[in-house]
Amino acid sequence: MALSRLSSRSTTLFQPLAAAFPTTLRRHISTDTTPITVETSLPFTSHLVEPPSRAVETSSSELLSFFRDMALMRRMEIAADSLYKAKLIRGFCHLYDGQEAVAIGMEAAITRRDAIITSYRDHCTFLGRGGGIFEAFSELMGRTTGCSKGKGGSMHFYKKDASFYGGHGIVGAQAPLGCGLAFAQKYSKEEAVTFTLYGDGAANQGQLFEALNIAALWDLPAVLVCENNHYGMGTAEWRSAKSPAYFKRGDYVPGLKVDGMDALAVKQACKFAKEHALKNGPIILEMDTYRYHGHSMSDPGSTYRTRDEISGVRQVRDPIDRVRKLIISHDIATEKELKDMEKEVRKEVDAAVAQAKESPIPEPSDLFTNIYVKGFGSESFGADRKELRATLP
Amino acid sequence: MASLLSRFCRKLAVPGSAHGARMVSTTTSCGSETVKSLNLYSAINQALHIALETDPRSYVFGEDVGFGGVFRCTTGLAERFGKNRVFNTPLCEQGIVGFGIGLAAMGNRAVVEIQFADYIYPAFDQIVNEAAKFRYRSGNQFNCGGLTIRAPYGAVGHGGHYHSQSPEAFFCHVPGIKVVIPRSPREAKGLLLSSIRDPNPVVFFEPKWLYRQAVEEVPEHDYMIPLSEAEVIRQGNDITLVGWGAQLTVMEQACLDAEKEGISCELIDLKTLLPWDKETVETSVKKTGRLLISHEAPVTGGFGAEISATILERCFLKLEAPVSRVCGLDTPFPLVFEPFYMPTKNKILDAIKSTVNY
Repeated sequence: MALSRLSSRSTTLFQPLAAAFPTTLRRHISTDTTPITVETSLPFTSHLVEPPSRAVETSSSELLSFFRDMALMRRMEIAADSLYKAKLIRGFCHLYDGQEAVAIGMEAAITRRDAIITSYRDHCTFLGRGGGIFEAFSELMGRTTGCSKGKGGSMHFYKKDASFYGGHGIVGAQAPLGCGLAFAQKYSKEEAVTFTLYGDGAANQGQLFEALNIAALWDLPAVLVCENNHYGMGTAEWRSAKSPAYFKRGDYVPGLKVDGMDALAVKQACKFAKEHALKNGPIILEMDTYRYHGHSMSDPGSTYRTRDEISGVRQVRDPIDRVRKLIISHDIATEKELKDMEKEVRKEVDAAVAQAKESPIPEPSDLFTNIYVKGFGSESFGADRKELRATLP
Repeated sequence: MASLLSRFCRKLAVPGSAHGARMVSTTTSCGSETVKSLNLYSAINQALHIALETDPRSYVFGEDVGFGGVFRCTTGLAERFGKNRVFNTPLCEQGIVGFGIGLAAMGNRAVVEIQFADYIYPAFDQIVNEAAKFRYRSGNQFNCGGLTIRAPYGAVGHGGHYHSQSPEAFFCHVPGIKVVIPRSPREAKGLLLSSIRDPNPVVFFEPKWLYRQAVEEVPEHDYMIPLSEAEVIRQGNDITLVGWGAQLTVMEQACLDAEKEGISCELIDLKTLLPWDKETVETSVKKTGRLLISHEAPVTGGFGAEISATILERCFLKLEAPVSRVCGLDTPFPLVFEPFYMPTKNKILDAIKSTVNY
């Protein structure tokens, strides 16, 4: 700890000189991997398991990468908001701003061979898995350069090489799917786990309990993560669940409640959960988080909660601000440097949006592709059986 | 390419007859009947108010209905009738419908809302295996006739895979339930009240495209439109067109265009798909000799196939041309490709012309 303080202080000496070469300075700091220990803001509450320690090991480079990545996610979601209002994004758009810490903390604890599957609020999870903002914006605007070739849209982002299984429109449908992925991982002895994310609304779906039972019965390496942002669209958790302690609802499955606005707590919990799942089978993580936007762009988000509540959370619990304060208090970077980083991120996002706007929309023949596998030779007729005939490739 | 695109793009219709013209909201009296200019969600809201008022043992529940619902169809109900009769459920379609069946089995009227028809599939088992067969398998001891399931269906221009589906065909295959689809505000209010009061479980699909788009003079009093009665909304001699819901708007535009080319079209609104009014359609086809069916759902296995087969059986010798079906393509409901997928006015017009010139 003291060592890193010394090294950062010495670099501040060079600051005036290095101001001419800001990237050099930043690069020096951001590659510092000396461990720093930080305590999570809240202790973990657990069910049927010993909670992990509150002391999380991190480093300057990790904290800076947290900050940058979360700032990128935040910027992306805000840009998506404007694009939707400009009618460049059609369909439905569910934004993740406020919940970035969950995606970032999770990524820090796992590898790309661990699978993640989530619901429709998937833009930032995709980014966390290594997806690019250009692919994201292209997909949102329905262009061929998008991650799902423009055919999925906002709710259906996927990234196979990073084991990101999407992106699902039907609430709760991804839970049994996730347990199936975990089964495959156990079978092939990959030493990998599946993180199945769902929301507090989906927690009341029958299929979730079916999936839990199967995962527990067969000891599957499944980590079920309930992203509890306290509102199932317009219904508050206390009005939809008899027991809003989602981490306990696994009954015979152990659970952990985590402050989802604290990226380091999320990282600690996910690391703990992965180890647990590989040895002992499923575990539930409840991430106590919050979304600033409404459920989707069609929902103002203020008919079922007060604006004071939203701004209150933003002031006190914002995940990016928390990391910012950590970085500044540990002298890893100055406020100005962080602001510059944010400006850079903004430029990046703007450039990606501009590039995505220029991208082509899919060919009309793509309407018929990938319904079935190649070679089945099925025909698809046009509406009156006389036009738009296509042999499905 | 641009011309192809414009040919297939769905044009927004503001027709004169079937769906009412857009007007400033006014209340006028026509004799003893007071009418008010309402859109579809307001008409449905009015029907729900009347249903809850006239039967103290009726309940409205579903996801987010308490604050008025995502389409405002349930505004004011919780405030007026209390949280014990109008309440939010957790997010579990299977549970919601099962719960509604139970409530109906005790002699209550359960008006269940499924937020989007695309989400009705978890409840499919409850509807098909429990609701539809209850009276039958208990030898008429029990029934869930008081159950009405309302769901917004159909394309909305940008809904994508899971906010645009038309699942009516799945339910038309189940004896024991009724499937009703209104075309306009006035129809919706009357049909919804009939569905709620019908002693059989009813699945009521509301065309979400028309929730705000369609405005019509709707009588303010309590009235019902009979189920299983189709209506000829436009008289003609050359070809019969059959449709339901929002698609009728598009078909009417095609009829107007066809008239300019000298083809007289008869347009029938089926209203109830199960059990459907075969006699009205048969009479019409025996007069015109040609049939065209149009619906948004994919053509293979869509309800148009049932209509086509039945009419063929009944009117074979009277038919001058094969039955034409102008429907959605056999693909999942696409996002960017929606204008190509939809059975647009021009596709219908082409089919009318080729059927008449067969």
